[in-house]
Amino acid sequence: MQYIIVGAGPSGVIACETIRKLNQSAQITLITGQSEPPYSRMAIPYFLEEKITESGTHLRHNSEHFSSLGIIVINEKVNAIETSKNFVRLADGTELGYEKLLLATGAQAVSPPIDGIHLDNVHNCWTLEDARNIASKAVAGSSVVLMGAGFIGCIILESLLKRGVNLTIVEMGDRMVPRMMDDTAGGLLKSWCESKGVRILTSEQVTSINDADSSDQKPLKVNLKNSPALPADLVICATGVKSNIDFLKGSDIAFDQGIIVNEFLQTNIDNVYASGDVAQGLDFSDQSWHVQAIQPTAVEHGRIAAINMVQNNSCKHHGSINMNILDTMGLISTSFGQWMGIEGGQESILLDKKNFRYLNLQFKEDCLVGISSLGHTQNIGVVRGLIRGKVKLGAWKERLMKDPSRLMEAYLASL
Amino acid sequence: MEKSLVINPDNCTGCLQCEMACSYENEGVFNPSKSRIKVFTFHQEGRFVPYTCTQCADAWCQQACPVDAISLNLVTGAKEVNESSCVGCKVCTISCPFGTINYNQSSGKVIKCDLCGGDPKCASACPTQAISYVDADQTGLDKMRKWATETDHASTNTPANA
Repeated sequence: MQYIIVGAGPSGVIACETIRKLNQSAQITLITGQSEPPYSRMAIPYFLEEKITESGTHLRHNSEHFSSLGIIVINEKVNAIETSKNFVRLADGTELGYEKLLLATGAQAVSPPIDGIHLDNVHNCWTLEDARNIASKAVAGSSVVLMGAGFIGCIILESLLKRGVNLTIVEMGDRMVPRMMDDTAGGLLKSWCESKGVRILTSEQVTSINDADSSDQKPLKVNLKNSPALPADLVICATGVKSNIDFLKGSDIAFDQGIIVNEFLQTNIDNVYASGDVAQGLDFSDQSWHVQAIQPTAVEHGRIAAINMVQNNSCKHHGSINMNILDTMGLISTSFGQWMGIEGGQESILLDKKNFRYLNLQFKEDCLVGISSLGHTQNIGVVRGLIRGKVKLGAWKERLMKDPSRLMEAYLASL
Repeated sequence: MEKSLVINPDNCTGCLQCEMACSYENEGVFNPSKSRIKVFTFHQEGRFVPYTCTQCADAWCQQACPVDAISLNLVTGAKEVNESSCVGCKVCTISCPFGTINYNQSSGKVIKCDLCGGDPKCASACPTQAISYVDADQTGLDKMRKWATETDHASTNTPANA
């Protein structure tokens, strides 16, 4: 059997390894558009912080890993998929035939369509190449403007400060990390950052970026909607990501925000599957279909898609829980599932503003359906277990309503 | 024969010797907050429940790790964190549905039970045999492992991980 996997992020890599485990004789080809060994974006903040070198970002540390598993790695972009003829066409014109194909092409950073967004000292923070550029320009004493206070923006704050830059964050929304935090947590996070010397402009927008006049000391001028322009040496644009689906235009493979898949991670074409940031997969919480773009989901997808490719749709995906953990200069926040609550649900909240601690549990009847937190990390994974297992809390529901911090006891009592 | 930790909460008196032994073995300090085994107290029932990683076959932490920092010790069966590879991203801590891999802020890495390389100090420190280290097939881990399977329907069909 000929398997082709397009994309060497966590999803594609796990898929290759899973196929190999299940089928020793399969021919497996992993195609990646990047010219370097498979690496993890999750490690980029630690690379910027100089806690690790580039090799520390690699998904697998043994350089012989793929060849020892008999996985052929091709470093070339895929330009087109011919589903009627079962081949993929690479950018260099090569056509490679497959019997089963997995599309795990991930996502790319998006930038707002403003003047100056393509200037030399304006970078996204998504690829290892972006990280190299940021590392070379975010030097001590430089002024950096960070566009976007979402997950990526927040997770690189510590490394930027450690590099000794003067930092200003410009966020369009009215709070930080609006997609994983409510007003209370987002507000606390903002005051935490400000207490560390970061300037944050919320409900603000960059309208354009231009090269500064020769009289200015900084090479860039960042123009804002409501405030005076900011001089900058470097602008980092972390305003969001989108699935890599452009190469599918003109193919028969159906896509919306991401590639449309069924509960087996199979696309509308029988022998083509999709996984990870490019797949519009099933959300466990509300059984809706959307792109989650998170590492645990990418891994889960990759494994399940691979099983289904080898064992003819024997493994149903019951949905992934959307979840995040974010370290913003030492303040750790999490969100799981329906952290924003559901209609007719109940909530239990613990707030200790002074110590930046917050815990917000959301229930549907006596089951936990979501949480968000600041400053709570011990045993936090059990939240996934409680949500995923739809554990009936019984008497513990009332105890958690009184004291949300007793999650672990509630879980142990359910065993 | 692979051995595993067996926990019998009925024998636990809440003395926390296990937490002291664990933190001393692994962190060099007698500090329960740095222990990889935790004793939970149920005041209402007057009950103590020691709890740590079961070295589950699914190894959610290992699968979720983006930098290959968690590996299987083929001798003990433990899933071990390689400190030099761990970047401290904490993805494993939200992926483990048992909550038994935790972030250690002072080292900037995650920590979990590694069975002390085959001589778990919590078990030897326990005065009441609430924690023991015995042949794997005698353990009461089945219930937890069953629960692990139920939380990931996918794993029921994964021969590679069975």
